[in-house]
Formats: sequence, structure tokens, C-alpha cells
Amino acid sequence: MLDTTTQAPDAVPETVMELRGLEREFARKPVLAERLMKLVGKAPDTPSLKAVRSVDFAIREGEVLGLVGESGCGKSTLGRMITGIIPPTGGAVTYQGADISAMKGQALKDFTLGVQMIFQDPYASLNPRQRVGEILAEPLRVHGLATDKADIRRRVDAALTEVGLDTSYRDRYPHQFSGGQRQRIGIARALIVEPSFLVCDEPIAALDVSIQAQVINLFLALRAKRNLTYLFISHDLSVVRHIADRVAIMYLGKIVEMAPAQEIFANPAHPYTRTLLEQIPSVKNRKRHFEAVKGEIPSPHKPPSGCAFHPRCPMATARCRAEAPVTREIAPGRTVSCHLHDAN
Amino acid sequence: MTDPRTRKPVLEVEGLQTVFHDLEGAWPAINALDLTIYEGEVLGLVGESGSGKSVAGFSILGLIDTPGEITAGRVLFQGKDLREMDEESLRKLRGADLSMIFQDPLTTLNPVLTIGEQMGEAITEHGQADAEALRRRCIDTLTKVGITSPEERLSQYPHELSGGMRQRVVIAIALLNSPKVIIADEPTTALDVTIQSQIIAEMQRLQHDSGAALIWISHDLGVVAELADRIAVMYAGDIVEIGTTDEVLDRPRHPYTRGLLDSVPGDVPPGEPLRQIEGSAPPLNARPFGCPFHPRCAQATDLCRSSDPAPQGDGAGRIWRCHHPITAQEAA
Repeated sequence: MLDTTTQAPDAVPETVMELRGLEREFARKPVLAERLMKLVGKAPDTPSLKAVRSVDFAIREGEVLGLVGESGCGKSTLGRMITGIIPPTGGAVTYQGADISAMKGQALKDFTLGVQMIFQDPYASLNPRQRVGEILAEPLRVHGLATDKADIRRRVDAALTEVGLDTSYRDRYPHQFSGGQRQRIGIARALIVEPSFLVCDEPIAALDVSIQAQVINLFLALRAKRNLTYLFISHDLSVVRHIADRVAIMYLGKIVEMAPAQEIFANPAHPYTRTLLEQIPSVKNRKRHFEAVKGEIPSPHKPPSGCAFHPRCPMATARCRAEAPVTREIAPGRTVSCHLHDAN
Repeated sequence: MTDPRTRKPVLEVEGLQTVFHDLEGAWPAINALDLTIYEGEVLGLVGESGSGKSVAGFSILGLIDTPGEITAGRVLFQGKDLREMDEESLRKLRGADLSMIFQDPLTTLNPVLTIGEQMGEAITEHGQADAEALRRRCIDTLTKVGITSPEERLSQYPHELSGGMRQRVVIAIALLNSPKVIIADEPTTALDVTIQSQIIAEMQRLQHDSGAALIWISHDLGVVAELADRIAVMYAGDIVEIGTTDEVLDRPRHPYTRGLLDSVPGDVPPGEPLRQIEGSAPPLNARPFGCPFHPRCAQATDLCRSSDPAPQGDGAGRIWRCHHPITAQEAA
């Protein structure tokens, strides 16, 4: 379904990151009794969970790709595989044409520095016993990017200024900051190694409304200034609508729809996307009487047969229950995984 | 909502103040709060973290522990001041006429009791019932909040249920004794979007059927807009603006309300900078002098820096606290 490669190469910016058949399965370590049973040739089934089930897509240089899904859909696991924090159990991630699992030497260093991550929880992602200056200097020291004290200081100050914090804050500890300021420190830490690609995992979900707008504006300004590429993971469609160029919708480990942001919001193709769009709470909807989607998010331990969305889908047919839909291109740059679009 | 001329207040909060003590002193989390809740209405109480919205909810029910202390004010329910009541009579009211739904269903429910035991407890605490009637009432209430196969749920433990189901159980427990007032503190914040809208739809129906007054505390104006008849906006321990949902959202008088509405994506074209409120909300122990919002307010003048504005109103229930309220022309 690599829709990006089918278009004229001069019209499309270069692909910077590509996911091919990416999978991740988590399994419990077998307990002693289970290992013993395996030794005697009667291996019991240890439960496993497929968090990401065969994901293909490409991220182009300079774009913001929004990855949207509810909790447990595998969006954070996907983000972590892209940054190389956890290895995939199937498929591959390529960065600038090379498989990240096979990288060595300079290529590996370029990847680890070039792809940085911003985490959801600004409280848990900063070491409480380090001063901000030390937090920001650490990546420079670890990667040998700067050794001279004055140089480190200069770059720490520049990073603080860039994210809108006063340089005097370098001597403070994380607990002395508000949530929004902490998230700015997390962003500064990611930026200090001059990355070209940022994976942002729900970066504003923990922030207050008035602070969310400030941090969204910071992301927009940094993108314009540094020509950054973002994978912006969020459950909040209104935020993704504002910041993303393209949007991928994820449900139970699979990408069910992918399209340019304007098109997906104007004309969603997958029933799940439509459901999500209808349910964005908005100040424009007063005392609305709406039909909420039925049912709960299924457990990834026991994914439904056929299309994973069929138990909640208002348009499900017998075919949806039996057969998993394949991903099709329904328009240039638009893919959807739903039997409703098989006829087209 | 009922006609404003005939509507009857069910809960009246007058000058309620709650402070939190630390080594340096006592810092007010809510300041002389005045609020009237009418029969059968949904009041949305909106604010950012630290604005005092949850403390307000807890203080109304007298659920403040040290280092917090309720220092002033009255809470009148059916003509009686809750603050004058002894703990025993207050306990009888809570969970019966006045009930509360908390944010996190996992910490609200007791992990070692079954759903049935917890629901039964909520009934027997407030009256006697034989085992069969008890069971019937639990099943009925679970069905009302949209729980499938309620008989089985009664013997399950909280960890066996999903987050959305657990929150439904918490709502069912709050509804068991047909309360007159329900205070819901961010009940959908921990839930996914699709589950959140299920709960909102259920609450709309339940509130309409039961006629209970509902105080819905939330940081999300979008969620409140779906539910509320009236909205009160809190900042730094004060209600800075109150009015009907349409008035507050379409014609805000306070610059903070306006700022909150503007900072939500939607009005600005994608990719353009959002209109943002500068700075962040003050901590309890550093409330700015004068109007607490002045350091973040673009309209602030010397008057705002020197004197805290008193509440002003239009006499019909619309109240704002600002020296330079946004006029109708500006809001349009």
C-alpha cells in the first residue's frame, strides 16, 4: 500500500522513514513450570498480544503525519519502534533507505541523533534530581557533540531560548516548573542534538487547555524554522487536524485509513474515522443528542474475526465478520481498509 | 432548563472559602464562592488545573481533609446549612440526596469487593432492604447506565471490567439512592473519545429522566457544551464568569473565557498559530495582587493591577468579575 512511491518522484518530497509490514508482539515470559513442560515436549501456550499488526506507510521529509487512535490501539508502540526504542518482531523500519535494525557505526549514530522522541508525561520524562542545565547537556556529552564547557553552556542556553524559556532556568530542578514548562524542557532536550525527525507521543495530552495552544504554536514554529518532520501521535482529532498534513487512523494494531488531513476531515472513508469525527466534543455542539458508537474497544488479546471494527460498526455485513479487509488505494494518496470500498 | 422565573434553587453556596495550609501560611484554593444550583439543571464548572474547580466540588460536600480547611461560608441544601451539620447527619446525606462521581473509577471502587457488594453497601448504608429487593435495584440501576448482562457483573470485581464499564458502575452507585444533586468531577477525562461520548449520552438521558441537578466539573469546554444548561468558569479560586451555556460560549464577558475559547483549534486555519493565552495559571501561594488574571490579560490596566474586581451582574443570573468586561459589540 505504499501510496507515496506511486506518485511522480519530482512532485513528492523524499521519503525519510518507511515502515514495511511492521509488527510487534508482546509475550509473557514463560514461568518455570511452563519451561519445564517445554523441556518434556509439551509446551503450553503462553499468552501473547499483537500490539501492532502489519503496518505499512511512509513518512516524507518535512511533513507532519498525524497518527490517531484510542488507547491500546498500538500507536505508542509504533512510535517507539520508529525511534528504535523497541525492536519490531516482524517487518522493518527503514530510515533514509537503510534498515534501522541493521545499522552500525556512523549510520546508527545519524539515526539515533536524527530521530528524537517527545514523551507524553512531562513529569515522568525528566530526571527529578538533575538540574535543567544538566538534563540538556547530557545528550551533548553522551554523544560527544560538545566537550568544551563554554560551548555546552552556549548550546543549552540556545535550546532554552528556542523553546521560550529563560536561560536562568538552567539552574533549576524539574519540580520547580509547571507542566507546560516541563514539556518545553522535554522539547529542548530533543532539539539540542539537532534532529531532523521528531516522534511526538501525545505531547500535549497532559497539559491544560491554555497551555496546549502555546505548545502547539511552539511545534508549528519549530517546524517552520528547522524544517522538521513530525510523527504526531494523538488521540485528539481537533489537534491533529490543526497540525498534520496527512493523517493515519489506527485501530487495534492496524492502520484503517490514511489520507491528506483536509480530505480525511472533509470526507472520511472508514466508518471508524467517521465515528471519531462525529464524537469530537466541540463548543459548537450544544446539548447535542447523538448516538454514541456502541460497544467497547476490543481486547488485543482476543481480536475479533474478520475486520477488527465489525462488532462496533453500524455498517457491518457477514463478510466483515469473516474476512479481514485489505488496504486499497481509493484515490491518489488515500488508502482505506474496509469492505465498503471494495467495489470502487 | 426550567423557566428562570419559576426555577427553584436546590443548593445554595454562599461565600464558601477553603484554604490549604503549609509551613508558610494558609492559601485559599477557593475564595468566597457564591453559586446557586437549580432543580433539574446541569451546571458546568470549568477551569484549568489548580483553578479550584475540584476543591469547590469537594468543599460543597464537606469532603476536605487536612491540610485543607473550609474556613468560611454556607452550603444550603433544602434550607439546611451543611456546614452546621454534624458528621453523622452529613454522612447520611452524602451518597443519598447528594452524591459524587469521581474522576478515576479504578481508585474510587474497592478492589477487594465485588460490584454487587459495593452497590449493596451504598443502599444499606442509607436504608434497609431485603436481599432480593437489593439485588433487583442493583440490576435495574446497572441496566440504566448501559451495562450489559448486569446479573453477571454483580459478582465481578472492578479489575475484571474495562475503564468505561468501571465508570458506569461508579455512576450507577451515585444514582442508586435517587440523589437530588450529583457532583461529577471530570468523570470522562480518563476515558477514550468513543467511550466518553457514550457516557455523555447516558448522562444526558439519566439526568433528564431523574430530574437531579448535576454539577459537571471539567477542563474541557467541548464536553461541557454538550451537557450544560449553565456554565461557571473558574480561575485562581474565583468564579470569573457565569451564565447560560450560549451566553458564556457565544458572548463571553471575561477575557479569560474568551482566551480559553480562542485557544481551542477550530477557528484558525490549519497550520496557522493558535491564539494563545500567555503565561500560566498562578500557583496557590502566589496569587497575583489585584485581578488574579491580570499578568496574562492583554487588556490589563493599572486598575487591574491594584484592585481585585468585584462580581458584577445583569440581575438575571449573568455574573462576571472583570474591570473591563468584553462588551456585546466586541464579542460579536
